[in-house]
Amino acid sequence: MADLGVKIHELQLKNPVMLASGTCGFAEEINDFYDVSQLGGIFLKGTTPRNRDGNLYPRMAETPSGMLNAVGLQNKGIDFFIENIYPRIKDYNTPLIVNVNGSTVEEYIEVTEKVNELDKIPAIELNISCPNVKEGGMAFGVTCPGAEAVTREVRKAYKKTLIVKLSPNVTDVSEIARAVEGQGADSVSLVNTFVGMAIDAETRRPLLSTVTGGLSGPAIKPIALRMVWQVAKAVKIPVIGIGGIMNTADAIEFLLAGASAVQVGTALFKDPLIPLQIIKGINEYLEKYKMESVKQIIGGLQM
Amino acid sequence: MGKKLVSDFLVTENIALNKTNFLIRLASDIKLPSISPGQFVNIDINKSNEIFLRRPFSVFEVDYTNNLLSIIVKILGRGSKKLTEIQPGEKLSLIYPLGKHFTIPDKKDKILAVGGGSGLAPMLFLARESGLPPENVDIVIGARSVADLVDVDSYRKYGNIQFTTEDGSTGTKGFVTDHHLLKNEMGKYDKVYACGPDAMMKAVSSMAKKAGVFCEVSLENLMACGFGVCLCCIEPTVKGNLCVCTEGPVFNINDLKWQI
Ligand SMILES: Cc1cc2nc3c(=O)[nH]c(=O)nc-3n(C[C@H](O)[C@H](O)[C@H](O)COP(=O)(O)OP(=O)(O)OC[C@H]3O[C@@H](n4cnc5c(N)ncnc54)[C@H](O)[C@@H]3O)c2cc1C
Ligand SMILES: Cc1cc2nc3c(=O)[nH]c(=O)nc-3n(C[C@H](O)[C@H](O)[C@H](O)COP(=O)(O)O)c2cc1C
Ligand code: FES
Repeated sequence: MADLGVKIHELQLKNPVMLASGTCGFAEEINDFYDVSQLGGIFLKGTTPRNRDGNLYPRMAETPSGMLNAVGLQNKGIDFFIENIYPRIKDYNTPLIVNVNGSTVEEYIEVTEKVNELDKIPAIELNISCPNVKEGGMAFGVTCPGAEAVTREVRKAYKKTLIVKLSPNVTDVSEIARAVEGQGADSVSLVNTFVGMAIDAETRRPLLSTVTGGLSGPAIKPIALRMVWQVAKAVKIPVIGIGGIMNTADAIEFLLAGASAVQVGTALFKDPLIPLQIIKGINEYLEKYKMESVKQIIGGLQM
Repeated sequence: MGKKLVSDFLVTENIALNKTNFLIRLASDIKLPSISPGQFVNIDINKSNEIFLRRPFSVFEVDYTNNLLSIIVKILGRGSKKLTEIQPGEKLSLIYPLGKHFTIPDKKDKILAVGGGSGLAPMLFLARESGLPPENVDIVIGARSVADLVDVDSYRKYGNIQFTTEDGSTGTKGFVTDHHLLKNEMGKYDKVYACGPDAMMKAVSSMAKKAGVFCEVSLENLMACGFGVCLCCIEPTVKGNLCVCTEGPVFNINDLKWQI
C-alpha cells in the first residue's frame, strides 16, 4: 500500500479523495452505503445563517455528460445543523468540512463564528461561488475586491483551516485565487458550477425554475482541469481540484495538474461508491509506477 | 435511515405488456433486503452515454426466494425507451431500496388503489402485499384506450380490478374519477392510494379529501440522485420543502400544498 496521505494546510487527510459540497448531503446519506471513514474528507451541504427554502421546482435538468442544478442553497441554517445534525455525524472518522454561505459579509462571519466553536470541524470552505442565489454567493467570487473582502473578514473570525471555493465564471481565475491567498486563505478549491441553461424546444420554456443554473459533471472536466492547472501555478497554498471527476484517471489528472486533493461531486449521483474505487485506483497507479507516496504525482505534469 | 445498496442485477426477462409498457425482471446475486410497496430503485441506463443520470422506477414485485425484483417501465422519453430495449443476460446497476413505502392497511380496512400511466406497478404491489382479503381491495386503473392497458388478470386474486378508458373502449368511459367507486362510494374506504399522472392524483386526492378519507399518493418528481443528497426532487409540504426521494415518494395528501 502506497502512502496516500496529503495535507491541506493543517488538515491531515488519509487520502486525497473527498466529497463535494451539495452532492453528499450531511455525510449520513453516504454512510448509508458504506463507512465514510474510508474517505479523505467530506464537504457538507452549503449552510447559511438561517433556514433557506431554496428555489422552486424544477431544479434539475440533465445535459449531455452532466446536469444543471438550481437548488439555491436549501438548508435549515447553521443553528439547526449544530443542534440536530452535528451531534449525529461528529464522530465519523474523517474530516468534516462546513461549506459556509451568506448574502453579506456579516452573514458569512455569523456562520463562521459558530463553526469555529465546533471541535470536530477542522476546516471551513467559504463558498463565494454559488451561482444559484440572488444575493451574495457568486457575486463575491467574481471580482477581486469582493473575494478579498469576504476572505479578509472571515479569516479574522476563523482560526482553523480556511479553504475558499472559487467560481469558474470569471475571466481569470488565478487572479481571484491570488487575491484570496493574499487575504490569508489556507487553500483554494475549484471549481464550483458553470452558469448554464436548458430549454425545452417543445414547450419553449426553460427547464429550470430559475432559467439559469449551475452545470456540473464530466461536461465541465476539461475546463476545470485547465483552471486548476492555472491556479496551482499562480498560488503557493494547496489547491483542491473539483469538476466532473468520475474515475481514477480523472482524479490523477487533477493531481498531476497541481491539485493536492480532489472532490468528487455529481459522480456520486451516478454511483456513490465511485470515491472508494478512486482511492483504490490511485493506490494501484502508484504501485504500477513504483511510487511510494501520492505526493510524488501532485503537480507532476511533464511538459 | 436504513442501509442502501448499489449493485448489478442480471436481466432475466423483458416482456412487452403492450406497445409502451414493459415488465423487466431482474436477478440479484446477493440476498434482497425487505422492500415495501411504494419504494423504488434508481437504474443506471448504461446502454447510452447520453443518459447521464439514473432513472427511478417503483418496485413491482419482489421474490425473496429467488432474489428477483421486477419493475414496469412505461416509455416516456429517451431513458425509459433505452431501458425497454434491454435484453435478458445484460446487467443493470441499481441503487436500492429507496424511499418510504405506503402505509400498510390495518387488518379490517377497505382500500381503494387508483393507478394510471406509470403508476400501475406500486398499486398492484400494494394490493398484493396488503394482506387483505380480495373483497376489501378495490383497484381502479385508468388509461387512454384499451390498447394502453396491460393484462392484470393474475392480480384479480388480490382485489376487484376495474378499468376506465378515456375513449370508452373498455370499462367505464372517462377518467378514473368518473368511475362509480370514486364518484359514489369514496366514503366507504378506510384508505385510498393513488399513483400516476399529477392531474389524476390531484383529482383523486380532492375526492378523498371531500369524503374525509385517508389518502396517500406517490409522486414522480424529477430526481438526480434518488437518495437525498442533491435536493433536486423537492415538493413543497406543510413541513417545508421535502425530498421526494427520501421523505416520499409516498405522501399523505394533507401534508402536500396541493390546491385540492
Ligand atoms: C419514485 C418514482 C417512481 C417511478 N416509478 C415508475 C414506474 O414504476 N414505472 C415507470 O414507467 N415510470 C416510473 N417513474 C417515472 C420514470 O422515472 C420516468 O418516466 C423516467 O425517469 C423518464 O425518463 P426518460 O429518460 O424516459 O425521460 P426523459 O427523456 O428524461 O424525459 C422525457 C419527458 O418526461 C419528463 N420526465 C422525465 N422524468 C420524469 C419523471 N420522473 N416524472 C415525470 N415526468 C418525467 C421530462 O420532463 C420530459 O418531458 C417513477 C418516477 C419516480 C420519481
Ligand atoms: C445538486 C448540486 C448542489 C450543489 N451544492 C453546492 C453547495 O451547497 N455548495 C457548494 O460550494 N457547491 C455546491 N455544488 C457544487 C459542487 O460542490 C461542485 O463544485 C460542482 O458540482 C463541480 O463538481 P462535479 O462536476 O464533480 O459535480 C453543488 C453541485 C450540485 C450538482
Ligand atoms: S433526487 Fe436527490 S435529493 Fe431527491
